[in-house]
Amino acid sequence: MKTECTHCNRRKFTNAGLGSLAIAGIGSAVFGYDFLSPNALYEPPQIVDAGTPDRYPPGSVTPHAQSGIYIVHGPEGLYALSAVCTHLGCVTAWRPELELIACPCHGSKFHIDGVKIEGPAPRPLPWLKTWLNDDGNLMVDRSEILTRKQFVRVQA
Amino acid sequence: MNLRRTRVWRSIFRSGEGDSNLHRSLAVQQNVFLHLASVKIRARALEFGVTWYLGTLSMASFVILVGTGVLLMLYYHPSVPQAYADMKDLQFVVSAGVFLRNLHRWAAHAMVLLVFAHMFKVFYRAAYRPPREFNWVVGVMLLLLTLFLSYTGYLLPWDQLAFWAITVGSNILAAVPLAGAKIRFLMLGGHTVNANALLRFYVLHCVILPLVAAIFLAVHFWRIRKDGGLCTGDKNGDKSGGKNE
Repeated sequence: MKTECTHCNRRKFTNAGLGSLAIAGIGSAVFGYDFLSPNALYEPPQIVDAGTPDRYPPGSVTPHAQSGIYIVHGPEGLYALSAVCTHLGCVTAWRPELELIACPCHGSKFHIDGVKIEGPAPRPLPWLKTWLNDDGNLMVDRSEILTRKQFVRVQA
Repeated sequence: MNLRRTRVWRSIFRSGEGDSNLHRSLAVQQNVFLHLASVKIRARALEFGVTWYLGTLSMASFVILVGTGVLLMLYYHPSVPQAYADMKDLQFVVSAGVFLRNLHRWAAHAMVLLVFAHMFKVFYRAAYRPPREFNWVVGVMLLLLTLFLSYTGYLLPWDQLAFWAITVGSNILAAVPLAGAKIRFLMLGGHTVNANALLRFYVLHCVILPLVAAIFLAVHFWRIRKDGGLCTGDKNGDKSGGKNE
């Protein structure tokens, strides 16, 4: 008499097949995720060289439209503020006549220290990490958001 | 010479001559384009009042969009900043370009409107009820695909309206808990709406989403037949939905 259970082999075969497919599926998912995340980005870098600090006289607010930041020279020193609205990512505009930052998309308004005055924005405009590099240029890292205020002081 | 009796005709349409029910059924069954549909339907299902032909009109807009879209692709480069110039060329330089572009745009608006109207019509006629509940789900997928197609197409002109609409839209996506920022990064292929985003949206708009939509459309039409034809709401012959007591 041959094997009693002829379909057991078929079941084993099916399970092995399904198992292999599952492993291949997970592999494809990992590969797919990796493939879809670009390793090199041809877009403006996150770290911005804002030039020498003497470009920013005391009391000035200087927008950098290309990199979406403001360099503010307040009484306590220089600091960088993200110009990207925390509501839905529009680039805000500095309004010197009103002395505030306004978003053209949905009307959020901010003080020059980033604190929201009114509008739908859920958070203040973030403060960005700033430092002076070896050449004495003011550097801003747009990807690093400060939790505490920090100023760059320069000797006049 | 009767064309229908030639050897070539007979080799293509094999159901043969004759107007018996069998011949008519075979004519539908043996045609790859018609076989999704039923060989026999209730005459009432063809009346305007039953469907307002909204599903057919949605499909017609889809066909117009594929036709005009493929032609627009012949003049459009999905690159920065060429895309905007190509769009302007289509409007002012290419013969019949403005006609094709406007037809594509209006058909896209019409399709969103018609798909919503189709959904309301199905809803108010209770045609979503068993045994048609799965086809309602397929329909919801098709609604989402229609909206994704609209959204991805919106970026392609690469003008200010497109750029900011996609910036705002992708930031809404970033509000997804935990994975939001990562999903946004994968969708845009970067941190901002840029060349990678334009290319990704182009591929989604022209290849992936229409292909997926075509598969769902095939299932959607096939299920009409499998679920007992269109919901006419008649007492006779339709044991589901409608105004049955």
